[in-house]
Amino acid sequence: MSNKEPLFSTKNIKSLTNPFNAGNPITVLVLGICPALAITVKLENALVMSLSVLSVLSISNVIIASLRNTIPPRIRIIVQLVVIALLVILVDQILKAFVYEISKQLTVYVGLIITNCIIMGRLEAFALRNKPWPAFLDGVGNAAGFGFILLALAFCRELFGSGTLFGYPVVEKLGLYKIGYENNGLMILPPMALITVGIFIWIHRSINKELIETK
Amino acid sequence: MKTYSKIYIFIYASVMIIIVAAVLSFTAISLKPLQDKNIEIEKKQDILSSVNVFSVPDDAEEKFNKYITNSYVINFKGEMQEGDAFYIDIKEELNKSLEQRKLPILECTKDDGSEKFIIPVRGKGLWGPIWGYIALNDDYNTIYGATFGHEKETPGLGSDIDQDWFQEPFKGKQLFDKSGKFRCIEIVKGGAAPDNIHGVDGISGGTITSKGLEAMLKDCLSNYVTYFRNKTKIK
Repeated sequence: MSNKEPLFSTKNIKSLTNPFNAGNPITVLVLGICPALAITVKLENALVMSLSVLSVLSISNVIIASLRNTIPPRIRIIVQLVVIALLVILVDQILKAFVYEISKQLTVYVGLIITNCIIMGRLEAFALRNKPWPAFLDGVGNAAGFGFILLALAFCRELFGSGTLFGYPVVEKLGLYKIGYENNGLMILPPMALITVGIFIWIHRSINKELIETK
Repeated sequence: MKTYSKIYIFIYASVMIIIVAAVLSFTAISLKPLQDKNIEIEKKQDILSSVNVFSVPDDAEEKFNKYITNSYVINFKGEMQEGDAFYIDIKEELNKSLEQRKLPILECTKDDGSEKFIIPVRGKGLWGPIWGYIALNDDYNTIYGATFGHEKETPGLGSDIDQDWFQEPFKGKQLFDKSGKFRCIEIVKGGAAPDNIHGVDGISGGTITSKGLEAMLKDCLSNYVTYFRNKTKIK
């Protein structure tokens, strides 16, 4: 084929990088907020969650994109759900068998990936209309954009809420407790996660003026 | 939009479900032995850590065989029963009437020759089950070590029952008071007084988990009271 699109064409690169800026799932599309609130108390959990979402989203995007011409539109949502649920259960089983320690900390959260709106959103908006390779890049890009915000959130919440980073007692080592610093207990509770997301959206919008709607 | 016949949709859905079911059952069956092994190793690690033996998944088996020298099952009167203490399902036993409960005890011999008695406990936290292992000195009264685990307590709050800072204060606490009355262990909100030999600090923000843990200790350990009393009388 002479008119074959190169693997990393501008369009493909864009679907990979766009989720970091104007198409960010959390700060712009406000999708996948539920897991973002639930599992960002600790960086470690956020990291494993991001990696799990990355594998589920990229693989399900590829599967749906390959099947896109055979899926009857009337049951497409069900097909998408089944594919997502299948992959999430596989991820859960594999974590349990091979990295038991981590899976123990994430049990509920891994199951929650099924209800992550980003995954179904991408399947519906992108994978159903595109070839497997661009769909794969789109999946990786969106999951990375999601994971990036997740990690940033978890960074703030763990640092200010528990005084640790990846479980390492940063604040204690810096000796801040001795001068009267105290952890903010509110940071570990879900409401503060929502407020932090709000602050992120604010920061993002003040950097990228294009995101501000014109009246 | 392309339209599909009902037959096509029906067949499509059926085939998809059959494929998915096959993949899932295949993975579940092939990974099951690995997962069970992990759970068993974790249990052995938990039991070992209650007697302050540190182990990693690789040497848990070996250390377990070395330190856990005996195990037996008793009933509430202290009579020996049939069964393997390691595999007793505490949850099931707690649902039975007191007379029928099988109560497991694991005996550990430390390097210095001292004997510890490990009692598995199980109860309810805020979101799901919590469990633990309480190791007692041979006076059947003083706690030598305690370790707790949970399935899905709130991270950073209730989940801290598996942390050292929560488990450490249990050491040296006593189950019976001076008059011989069974007091068990209280989880004190806001911190236990330093001279309180029956109380440990609760977790701020994790009150329901703390309360669940207190109830768990009471429900499980109270079954053994007669046995403990008999044992200490003989000594």
